[in-house]
Amino acid sequence: MSTAAEHRPAEAAPILRVEGLSARIAGQQVVEDVSFTVPATGITALLGRNGVGKTSTIKAIIGLIDRTGVVELAGERIEKEATFKIIQRGVGYVPEDREVFSGLTVAENLRLAERDASPRRQLVEELFPDLLARAGQMAGTLSGGQQQMVSLARALLNTNKILLVDEPTKGLAPKIVGEVADTLAEAAKTVPILLVEQNLHVVRQLAEGAVVLSGGRVVHTGRALDFLDDAGLIHRHLGVSTDAASHGDPVEKGAAL
Amino acid sequence: MSTVILLLFTGLGLGALYFLVAAGLSLIYGLMGVLNFAHGAFLTLGAFTGWEIARRAGSDNWGIFLLSLIIGAAAGAAFAAFTEFVLIRRLYQRHIEQVLITLGLSLATVALFDGIWGTDPVYIQGPAWFKDTTDILGARIPNDRFVCIVAAVMVLLALVYFLKKTRYGMIIRAGVENRSMVTALGIDVRKAFTLVFTIGGAAAGLGGVLASHYFGYVSPMLGGSLLIFAFIVTVIGGLGSLTGAAIAAVAVAVLQQFANFYLGGTGDFVVVLALALVLLFRPSGLLGRTA
Amino acid sequence: MTTDTDTNSTGRPAVGSGATLPTGKRRTGRRGAGGAPGGAPDTGRPGITGRRLAAWAAGLAGVLLLVLLPLLNISLPGVLPGPSYTPGSLQLLAMCMLMAAAALTYHLLLGVAGLLSFGHALYFGAGVYGLAIILQNLDIPLLPAMGLTLLVVIVLAHVVGSISLRVSGIPFAMVTLAFAQAGSVIVGRNPDGKTGGDEGLTLRTDNLPDFLVGVVNTRNLYWLALAVLVAVFVIVTWVQSSRAGHAAAAVRENELRVRVLGLQPYLVKLLIFVLSAILVSVIGMVFLLLQSGAIPRAISSDLTITLLVMVVLGGVGSRWGAVIGGVFYTILDQRLTALANSEAVRSLPDILRVPLSEPLFILGTLFILVVLFLPGGLAGTAERLGRRRRGRAGNGGAETPREILEDAA
Repeated sequence: MSTAAEHRPAEAAPILRVEGLSARIAGQQVVEDVSFTVPATGITALLGRNGVGKTSTIKAIIGLIDRTGVVELAGERIEKEATFKIIQRGVGYVPEDREVFSGLTVAENLRLAERDASPRRQLVEELFPDLLARAGQMAGTLSGGQQQMVSLARALLNTNKILLVDEPTKGLAPKIVGEVADTLAEAAKTVPILLVEQNLHVVRQLAEGAVVLSGGRVVHTGRALDFLDDAGLIHRHLGVSTDAASHGDPVEKGAAL
Repeated sequence: MSTVILLLFTGLGLGALYFLVAAGLSLIYGLMGVLNFAHGAFLTLGAFTGWEIARRAGSDNWGIFLLSLIIGAAAGAAFAAFTEFVLIRRLYQRHIEQVLITLGLSLATVALFDGIWGTDPVYIQGPAWFKDTTDILGARIPNDRFVCIVAAVMVLLALVYFLKKTRYGMIIRAGVENRSMVTALGIDVRKAFTLVFTIGGAAAGLGGVLASHYFGYVSPMLGGSLLIFAFIVTVIGGLGSLTGAAIAAVAVAVLQQFANFYLGGTGDFVVVLALALVLLFRPSGLLGRTA
Repeated sequence: MTTDTDTNSTGRPAVGSGATLPTGKRRTGRRGAGGAPGGAPDTGRPGITGRRLAAWAAGLAGVLLLVLLPLLNISLPGVLPGPSYTPGSLQLLAMCMLMAAAALTYHLLLGVAGLLSFGHALYFGAGVYGLAIILQNLDIPLLPAMGLTLLVVIVLAHVVGSISLRVSGIPFAMVTLAFAQAGSVIVGRNPDGKTGGDEGLTLRTDNLPDFLVGVVNTRNLYWLALAVLVAVFVIVTWVQSSRAGHAAAAVRENELRVRVLGLQPYLVKLLIFVLSAILVSVIGMVFLLLQSGAIPRAISSDLTITLLVMVVLGGVGSRWGAVIGGVFYTILDQRLTALANSEAVRSLPDILRVPLSEPLFILGTLFILVVLFLPGGLAGTAERLGRRRRGRAGNGGAETPREILEDAA
């Protein structure tokens, strides 16, 4: 198991440190003794098969599910805090399945997410011109890709210490996948991101570090490219062939644009 | 024809009362998942407070009536806020235990009301105009019905405005849809909880004062008897939906009046039947969100 | 529940002294539950171990004591209105046992199947009013009348259950409430004068066997109530440890898992629903005999809430909890009513007198405190204390009362 520390000179402190994180849902252990760090710059990918506990790990970090263990954000312990307090410290959360409020308009969805005294509206307007045009539209009537943009915009409106992004390309057409990836790359210039992704093509494009989960535990950490180029590792931990790994997962039929 | 008009307006008046109680219940359940059995107690307290005001200050007076409305709403709001803050909050996310607490609270407070005011109904008076009737299309409608209808419409408009135009209203709308995501945006929903309870309590207290005029009396049982219908209205309208509650309130009350008149007093039974039908074919209610 | 022991239709007097109240633990001792594993949420696992044998022996001894009670002269001032052989005391004890049995049937619904029903009184009332009306209007002896009533209840429970179980959790609670309310309203309206409306219906005793009629035969009714309690306890235990019971508990904990296993949660729930309705209706029929009349309260939502309070007070998920809760509540209610009318309370300043003269206020407040601070109820607390003394660790994986309540949501 190679760690980043062996190959690189001493770095700045990680923005997020997780140690011995465990979580249960309805009596079932979904995350077990997970430990990893997320560096203060760039994109770190959280990888693993379906159902392995990636989303649960993210939810455990921000306290949406009950957890035990250590979670440290920018050097401060947060594992005992309520979710809203953790988010207020500067966490942008982009959930799996977007979770925009369908009964609210696009503008309302964004306004609800504004935490800071001066949210970065201009930045968001520049990055997401389409949303600006649809400000009065009910979020429930948006396409999957547009909803994903709302979800991303919500996280980018505030100045955050870290973004937790969960499967942003799920169910989207290739063109939109590309747009989402570009947006993330742009965002990563100013804020570190922990990215859960099944689409390995996107991971290859964006991620520097990788943390791999299997059976609710961490089984590998290291540089993303090192992992992606190792067919054996990919097969063992993700159960897919190298072909799929280098070309990204097949697009789901009927993926919305 | 005049009978139909009379039944219609009586139904609308009663529906106004149902709405005032159901609106709070629906929002509280929609946002917090709490089935608030104590809601009837908010109503009863509002009714008795309003009566005490009228009793001391003179009842044949519009000014006093309006004051009793305000004080009744305030009493309901205060009681509700207290309930949420002291009792409900401790059991965050434990829905059944929250329901049990509200049950215990309703038992205790009705008993307390029995002790303070006695179990017998107390007949009340309002401005003389209430007892008069207005002629509409040949039907003689008692004026207190109009007061109830107007009040309920105003409350509905105020609530809709609040929900659509204020930040807390937005938080509540979003929270009813997806509470955990609201917390994941860094918002402390607990303030919204207290607010929703308080608003529900105010509406119930207001409804209590109006109910005392509509039925002509106050008693500790007043809240409880209306509460069951408010539950039915909330389920039929869809838990968490304000407009659903409004529509269902009118539908249920009018149905009840017509069934009572034309089908030999079976109004209550017909309403339960309607509930059963709604549950069979559309379990989430008319405008509720499918789980 | 105001048990009418003090002023019921046959005029049996009661002498209350309004003195000290026994604690729930004392009740436990009398009921012979001392040796039983306290109030631990039980799974009814079969198998003979030394402890279980001791528990059964203690239980049997307790039942024996209860059987002999009408022949003994035991006085419990402050609890019983008179020595144990007097009709007044026997009436109260019989009521306690019937309520304990009713609480047990509610435990089957809530504690085992996780069904929070607010309409349980509908079936109790159906037993009470059904038997009363049939006896009033048909000239048939007791047993056939009971059989007929039972038939009606089965159909009723089946119909209401199949509609109500289409939803679960809180909506289920509300639907059951609505149906029970409809029943209550129908009885109140007194169609054709058949139900007696607010006044209730007196029991027609012409076709009843002699040994069940009259004050002098109170002890027979007492023994009948005891028999019912024992029978219900045995049946509930049997159901809990049966496959249906385990399936119901599994459904309660994780419905999805059960569905994946190919079982039908809906049918299991319906079965438990109808069964508990049948049991409680039989209890209702005995209640009718004991009270010599039907009262509207027997079919009111207040009664269901009373049963819920009993089960929660005693400890959700525990049979003994239901029994303890039923007895404790009934005695407490009776004593508080006596207290409320006592001189001591009447002479208090208003601010104290008003709350204390309302038994339901005290009971409601007690209930709130138990939910907030003693989620295991009386039995659960006793169990915890016992465990602490014995130094035992966990619960053996069984769910806590709090978890059972959350499953019902």
